[in-house]
Amino acid sequence: MSAPPAELPRWIDIGLIPVINICLALLVSGLIILAIGENPWDALVIMVRGALGYGEGVGYTLYYTTNFIFTGLAVAIAFHAGLFNIGGEGQAYIGGLGVGLVMLAFDSYLPFVLLLPLGILAGALFGAAWAAIPAWLQAYRGSHVVITTIMFNFIAAAVMVYLMVNVLIKPGQMSPESREFTEAGQLPFIHEMLAGIGITVTPTPLNLSIVWALICCVGVWAFIWRTRWGYELRAVGHNEAAAVYAGVRPRHIVVAAMCISGALAGFVGFNEIMGVHHRLLLNFTAGYGFTGIAVSLMGRNHPVGVVLASLLFGVLYQGGAELAFEVPTITRELVVTIQGLVILFSGALAYMSTPWVTRLYRLFVGWRADTAATAPTTTTGEA
Amino acid sequence: MVTKIGGEDAVVTPEGEPPPAAIELRGINKTFGTVRANNDVSMAVRAGAIHGIVGENGAGKSTLMSILYGFYSADSGVIRVGGKPVAIRSPNDAIAAGIGMVHQHFMLVDNFTVLENVMMGAESGPLLRESIQKARGALINLAEEYGLHVDPDAVIADLPVGALQRVEILKALYRDARILILDEPTGVLTPQEAVQLFRILSALKERGVTVILITHKLGEVMAITDSVSVMRRGQMVAERATAETSAEELAELMVGRKLKAGVSRQTKNVGDPALIVEGLSLRDRYGVARIDDIGFELRAGEILGIAGVSGNGQSELLEVLSGITPMTAGRIVVEGREVNVAKPARPDEMRALRLAHVPEDRQRRGMVTAFTARESSILGYQRDSAFNGPLFMDYAAIDGHCRDLMERFDVRPPLPDIVSSKMSGGNQQKLILAREIDRDPKVLLVGQPTRGVDIGAIEFIHQQLCDLRDRGCAILLVSVELDEILALSDRILVMFEGRIVGETPVEEADRSLLGLMMTNAHQGATSANTEPVA
Repeated sequence: MSAPPAELPRWIDIGLIPVINICLALLVSGLIILAIGENPWDALVIMVRGALGYGEGVGYTLYYTTNFIFTGLAVAIAFHAGLFNIGGEGQAYIGGLGVGLVMLAFDSYLPFVLLLPLGILAGALFGAAWAAIPAWLQAYRGSHVVITTIMFNFIAAAVMVYLMVNVLIKPGQMSPESREFTEAGQLPFIHEMLAGIGITVTPTPLNLSIVWALICCVGVWAFIWRTRWGYELRAVGHNEAAAVYAGVRPRHIVVAAMCISGALAGFVGFNEIMGVHHRLLLNFTAGYGFTGIAVSLMGRNHPVGVVLASLLFGVLYQGGAELAFEVPTITRELVVTIQGLVILFSGALAYMSTPWVTRLYRLFVGWRADTAATAPTTTTGEA
Repeated sequence: MVTKIGGEDAVVTPEGEPPPAAIELRGINKTFGTVRANNDVSMAVRAGAIHGIVGENGAGKSTLMSILYGFYSADSGVIRVGGKPVAIRSPNDAIAAGIGMVHQHFMLVDNFTVLENVMMGAESGPLLRESIQKARGALINLAEEYGLHVDPDAVIADLPVGALQRVEILKALYRDARILILDEPTGVLTPQEAVQLFRILSALKERGVTVILITHKLGEVMAITDSVSVMRRGQMVAERATAETSAEELAELMVGRKLKAGVSRQTKNVGDPALIVEGLSLRDRYGVARIDDIGFELRAGEILGIAGVSGNGQSELLEVLSGITPMTAGRIVVEGREVNVAKPARPDEMRALRLAHVPEDRQRRGMVTAFTARESSILGYQRDSAFNGPLFMDYAAIDGHCRDLMERFDVRPPLPDIVSSKMSGGNQQKLILAREIDRDPKVLLVGQPTRGVDIGAIEFIHQQLCDLRDRGCAILLVSVELDEILALSDRILVMFEGRIVGETPVEEADRSLLGLMMTNAHQGATSANTEPVA
């Protein structure tokens, strides 16, 4: 295996190749759908229409997108420091716990304008704290962060089950959920906000946190490419020896990068707990943390790429749900298969098509150079 | 498969025609993006000759050899081996065509024995027993025939560099190589080891093996080759019989212009000690002394050269002095600040004491190759107030700084936006040197300032170092190139196994004595055998 050749122009590398990868994934998905006796084209139409064709679909798509932006950014920033944070799931879970605890504690006393920043802060702090332990172990004890973060996902899940079942459950009910937050502890839904200015749309879980997600994108971009801390973080990620030479302490960077990463993942909890469910409950992370890895990979660890990839995965989630609903033979499992194929082709096999594209591109450039060179002079048509 | 090293299968040619060249390249073209790395390159090497290829860095020598060995495929052109056209798409094709390569950086498995390394990839079956026996027999034959003596059961990690190179040659011969390409083979060798290598190459030549030697050391080309090709900017600009050319002519052909003779030497103006080192030691985590009780004074306005074979503690010395690695004993005094085990100083603190450092390995330490030139031009000074606003970095200022450095140090192309890895080695080095000199340091540590740098840039870099010395900077120069040490230094220290084993002013320096000191042979001690095993 070799690195992608540096000769390809950027628009091919970051534009065309991801599109080719998605097409390949859809092609294989189409073959599977064909094999179970359905029409792949119809399925595709249902999917796209389900995700983008009407107000409710768009709302859901953007709601999923919000979560993917948070986890995608989380993976991306760790990646720039040379770290592979696959604990976004657990960090999101614990981040949500933080948001929930703050709301349960203060929602009767404080107004929304104070609870909003408190919620953000709580999600960030709890997510960061959950990432800080693997980060410290990596920096000072050499335990690989991939191993520890994935194990911390399980610990987070177990902690949440314990807390929800034994501590935070609202007395007198069977399901392990807390009480609902008061109005002050709830983020406004977008459909409510639109209703406020006279636009009526179907209610969806989409809420104010998508604005925060976009602010985070700008913030992450500015941090990575415009601050000295981002400079040092990238230096460590690209070349630790050079970073040490430059007076950077890689251990500090490892811990800092992981904490920022965990904080970003924790905002999934902000969206889910404060924005959608308005109570603490189990399993609200629903795999967003893991999908964030594919989102970041596909978005080439750049905030703009992360937003685009998040949108794509939002479409896949929402359109997939619609597809499973509309076509009974295409089950929920098959939809997961399609999502898995997209992740496989755009994540693990991201560079599979690069050699072919490179060869085609070279042929094309050669052909163009030839025609450009010979066109004005050739009269006999010799090659 | 290994016994037919002799010349039995010489190609039969029709009467009257000269025998075909052992290897012939015709019209090789290779383009990377917009760069024509090889432009219509043709070359032929007679069987049983030693042929040198010289050229500056980036002249296209390595690309050409990579094409010949199947790492790249040429855009167009023909390769003929023994007169027959061959398609070489991978190193396997090259090996099948009888081409072997000894890389500049050895491709050996450290914890395997010599025997295992030699047969690796050329085992005769799934079970090793038979392969090992065969390889052992073959190794003994090869050792006899060419004087390539290496203990087959020695572990690679325990062998000195010269022996590793012999293992690489054995690997190629074991695969029936009739054409051997060596890429900068003497870069890591002592003068004595180099002489030994040349003896082996002569033995190979006598038995009909064709040798292609890529090098930038013209002295070696003159000493050992039969013919030589000169490359410049992707083209083959000259081909000479070695007997009919001179090192001066080759140098001019390489650079394309006349070279100035040496660097200017001003009158010495040596001042007070700028850096004092006493009892400095560094033990690694196995307790082995990498630096062993070193002491010296470095004075303002002098260049102190540290000579030695690579791997005798010079790298560690630079890293300790620059604050990268904490020392385990001793003290350093710089700018009135004492640094010792209890009061260590990290690289940023040393930098604040106006001690600058041009690292040995520019791509691994001196710059972040993925960064733009602009970003690399402030590495180490990224927190400087000149480059930072209250929150964000001041990219306009950084850009101006980088442009300024590039202009003053003739860095090409002068584009702050270019990715550092796309700059040639010489230009990377000039940018790093510019960055460190720009701060007007009191002490400058320089490691291998011209390693892998083309002749034109070497001249420039040497001149910059001398100018800096004349302005009163104290310079510590570490280099494995004895010529460089002799050309620049005012005083020379020789390091061997972490200790300083000799000191001499440059006027009294004797090349052969220095060579002996570098291997510690001048004391008659064969300490290579007493090397501690980690």
